[in-house]
Amino acid sequence: MTDTTSSPQGESAGPARRPLTISPHLAKRYARERLFRTLGLASVATAGLILLVLVGSIVSKGYSAFWLHHVDLTIEFSVDELNPDGGPIEMETLQKANYLGLVRDALKREFPDAASDRRERRKLYGLVSPNADIMLRNMVLNDPSLVGTTQTVSFKMSDDMDTFAKGFIDRDLPESDRRVTDAEIKWHDHFEAEGRVHVAFNIDFFTKGDSREPEEAGIYGALIGSILTLTVTLLVSFPVGVMAAVYLEEFAPKNRFTDLIEVNINNLAAVPSIVFGLLGLAVFLNFFGLPRSAPLAGGLVLALMTLPTIIIASRSALKAVPPSIREAALGLGASPLQVVTHHVLPLAMPGILTGTIIGMAQALGETAPLLMIGMVAFIVDVPQGFTDPATVLPVQVYIWADSPERAFVEKTSAAIMVLLGFLVLMNAIAVLLRKRFERRW
Amino acid sequence: MTNTSVTTPDVDVAAKPPSVEQLANRYTKIESRDVNVYYGEKHALKHVDLDVYQNEVTALIGPSGCGKSTFLRCLNRMNDVIDICRVTGRIALDEHDIYDPSLDVVQLRARVGMVFQKPNPFPKSIYDNISYGPRIHGLAHGKAELDEIVQKSLERAGLWKEVSDRLDQPGTGLSGGQQQRLCIARAIAVNPEVILMDEPCSALDPIATARIEELIDELRENFTIVIVTHSMQQAARVSQRTAFFHLGDLVEVGETEAIFTNPEDSRTQGYITGRFG
Ligand SMILES: Nc1ncnc2c1ncn2[C@@H]1O[C@H](COP(=O)(O)OP(=O)(O)OP(=O)(O)O)[C@@H](O)[C@H]1O
Ligand SMILES: [Mg+2]
Repeated sequence: MTDTTSSPQGESAGPARRPLTISPHLAKRYARERLFRTLGLASVATAGLILLVLVGSIVSKGYSAFWLHHVDLTIEFSVDELNPDGGPIEMETLQKANYLGLVRDALKREFPDAASDRRERRKLYGLVSPNADIMLRNMVLNDPSLVGTTQTVSFKMSDDMDTFAKGFIDRDLPESDRRVTDAEIKWHDHFEAEGRVHVAFNIDFFTKGDSREPEEAGIYGALIGSILTLTVTLLVSFPVGVMAAVYLEEFAPKNRFTDLIEVNINNLAAVPSIVFGLLGLAVFLNFFGLPRSAPLAGGLVLALMTLPTIIIASRSALKAVPPSIREAALGLGASPLQVVTHHVLPLAMPGILTGTIIGMAQALGETAPLLMIGMVAFIVDVPQGFTDPATVLPVQVYIWADSPERAFVEKTSAAIMVLLGFLVLMNAIAVLLRKRFERRW
Repeated sequence: MTNTSVTTPDVDVAAKPPSVEQLANRYTKIESRDVNVYYGEKHALKHVDLDVYQNEVTALIGPSGCGKSTFLRCLNRMNDVIDICRVTGRIALDEHDIYDPSLDVVQLRARVGMVFQKPNPFPKSIYDNISYGPRIHGLAHGKAELDEIVQKSLERAGLWKEVSDRLDQPGTGLSGGQQQRLCIARAIAVNPEVILMDEPCSALDPIATARIEELIDELRENFTIVIVTHSMQQAARVSQRTAFFHLGDLVEVGETEAIFTNPEDSRTQGYITGRFG
């Protein structure tokens, strides 16, 4: 500091003292520091706000997908339909019986005047989910003693009626502008007035695969698809990535050739993911003949994409291990492999896991390369293995977002919520693993 | 050099010089002939002939960058891990060439242990630090034997009393001096024949330094020690023989007493009297 603003009462005696008052130079420094802090805080606040808006909009749109409106109907399990020949009840007859008729009969009994007009009758039948008959059949097959009785059965409403019941369709709009007719509103109000409409948790959303009917569509198939695909990705990319990183970092001679490899790996990390999809299509499907739309092929494609991320992160984690640790182990007579497995890898593991989880999170959210290998298909069945046709969460989001039905809007947001939940879970596991490794040192 | 103000060559030589009898029975533990080391183009060590005798402390001194560490690292082939490093000449341990391709480096390093300038305990428990070497070399059969090795090594390194009740705590949590003694304990746990020490006290305070010096003197009974040091006093206190390096040359080697009281080369004289270095 050169500009010493000597204080007026400065005593000239003794060694020259620096004034304790704040010089202009110092004031500038403080101002800069304050500015920096404010900017930092503002950045954090912006990021937080964006996150809040994002999550807020998704949750506010998607929360309603987690429940469904049901309506109670009085079903006659008529003997004529279920056991026309009399005698003991045969499973085969029960299998084949016309359950849809039972549901329709119940609705007709409820609203006799609607039954005359054909178009109105169709609307009436559409009050409940088109899959209502399957539910009834399962009920009867489980308990044949129902035959001949009359029961009150709760049915899922169809998607439009459910959307109306949830209040997303304004009844004051002119009839031509809304998805439900006046008659449908009348019927709904009738059930509502009798207290026969109730809300239930939409458990099918978490236990079923996709469906053309929004009220039947579930996320489970896509979730299992994602888990299977990511398992393949992890099993391939983690060992290969870590091995490659360890070899390059600890064993490979440092020369132009390894430099070239390093540059190429870095470039690979920046290749657009769709290119990996095309590569997967050409290599895994066309050349090796792996099944289309399967988690195996999808996982391999994503593994290609994740590899550079894992290699780069692992290499920097290995580089961060102090050389003195390697020297200490070598000096004790540990072989190079022992140095790596006993000392370097455990120390680098937290960093490697962080990189892996970033790579896996990217893979979890990846859609484009999977489109190339046919994982965008409409798949109802929950995949049972690595070679079954499957879809994954982001693709399911994509499919639903593309569907015209109003009820898929909330499903889309709900699927995003499941995707984010999965992500949070993965990160939590990574944090736990990291903690464990860190505690060991 | 922190506390040295050597103006006269006669630094008090405290280490016991070898007796006449010992001098007569000297056994050459390590013999090096015409050792050259190149780091790429750089000729870092030039035609070094140096013998290290058993159960003695040999001190390597010289100005910074003269090749002391380089020579030390040749003795257990730690230079192998440096890509650009090339070693020529002959270094023999018990008359076996250690650069013989048929020799196993791992075995060599078990016989020639090393303590580094900066204490570098593994980020593991004190127990694991000591037991690691015996474990990988299969020196102990069963937990009891391993426990014994750990205790013995710590006792010999003068650390047992301080850490016996916290063997499961990380070695990195000890003080600098304790860490360095831990590293010495770790090195002697594999029961080497030679211990190489590269400025083991440079990061330590005078009291910790004194303890380590004492320790070195005790260890001499069972081990052969080569130590690099920047402190003239330390070399004088702990070593029987001293080698002076300068710009990659081994200028002079001899009995410590002789080197410090009556150096033959003017460069040695200059260095120990503090005129350069
Ligand atoms: N890994 C390396 N790569 C290239 N040159 C090196 C390497 N290690 C040492 N050198 C060079 O070899 C010469 C001797 O180095 P060395 O480390 O043996 O010196 P030293 O005597 O131990 O010095 P100090 O007392 O400062 O530790 C120095 O000139 C140094 O620059
Ligand atoms: Mg050195």
